[in-house]
Amino acid sequence: MNNAIDKQTVLDRIQAQFPGIILEAGEPYGMLTIEVAREHVSPLIRFLKDDAQLQMNFLTDLCGVHFPDQPNRELGVIYHVHSFIHNIRLRIKAFFPISDPRIDSLTGQYAAANWMERETYDFYGVLFSGHPNLKRILNVDEMDYFPLRKEYPLEDAGRTDKDDRFFGRDGHEGIEFEKRVDRQ
Amino acid sequence: MSEIQLVNPPQGHEGQGFFATRLDQVIGLARANSIWPLPFATSCCGIEFMATMGTNYDLARFGMERLSFSPRQSDLLMVMGTIAKKMAPVLRQVYEQMAEPKWVIAVGACASSGGIFDTYSVLQGIDKVIPVDVYVPGCPPRPEQIIDGVLKIQELIKNESLRRRYSPEYQRLMESYQLQ
Repeated sequence: MNNAIDKQTVLDRIQAQFPGIILEAGEPYGMLTIEVAREHVSPLIRFLKDDAQLQMNFLTDLCGVHFPDQPNRELGVIYHVHSFIHNIRLRIKAFFPISDPRIDSLTGQYAAANWMERETYDFYGVLFSGHPNLKRILNVDEMDYFPLRKEYPLEDAGRTDKDDRFFGRDGHEGIEFEKRVDRQ
Repeated sequence: MSEIQLVNPPQGHEGQGFFATRLDQVIGLARANSIWPLPFATSCCGIEFMATMGTNYDLARFGMERLSFSPRQSDLLMVMGTIAKKMAPVLRQVYEQMAEPKWVIAVGACASSGGIFDTYSVLQGIDKVIPVDVYVPGCPPRPEQIIDGVLKIQELIKNESLRRRYSPEYQRLMESYQLQ
């Protein structure tokens, strides 16, 4: 029973079910990637999971990103879903303003989303609506900021005997931002 | 003839049927050669410590045969590895549970200064939360270096005044760490 599906089939199937939902599509490094608005993520992933043809019923990963130079879409959440049946993966991106960091939780569909969403909240401050237990998971409970947001320094504030030259931090601001962004 | 070497007695006066010396020297000698270490191993330095306890390096030669995994029965806290900030209160609690007199050795770059982890989540040296007696450099240090650190601790113990723990300096040190 080899009914392999290709990437275009996945896109067409999504397009047929949710017309106009895909804001952008591409294949960076060979992985099918789409961007959707944040309110569409939860229904889309439920559809991909339940659809008899695609059967993308494995949530590989979920994480946050922060791009401070994208106005009104500074924060984002990236989802990876995988179809074991067809061995095809899909990356779903959703961006939103940092002033309103909200997106629907996937905990109702995937139990695995629970800890991953807590981690994303812990490091980026993304608020997942409907999450049953949205609190810090890796950092100390007393931490009062979201450490992977780029406005915060990476170094410990109490560092006393660290020499910047030995940590690649002698005055320059790090790798140029443009080079790191995965432009399609 | 046995090749086992016994420790030399402290300085004192010896006569027929008696030996007179200072009490703190005797106690120091006894303590130094029967340290019960508590290994607090969190990463690769802990692996080096396992080699140190193994047959090749054999830390038991120095009277450290008996590892204690209860802080209440141990004398020497050996912190080996990266201490994340989330781990810091645990480390402090372990230190507080140890009975006086107690000593602390920071093994490796991470325990001593945070090491390569120049980041928000890692404690930049355990001396930010508990007092440390001996620092062992290295990333990770070789077993010989750990043994050298332990011998330094033994020297400290041998020569420590019995009244040191009651001294104002020691009280101030404890107060600076907000410890009892």
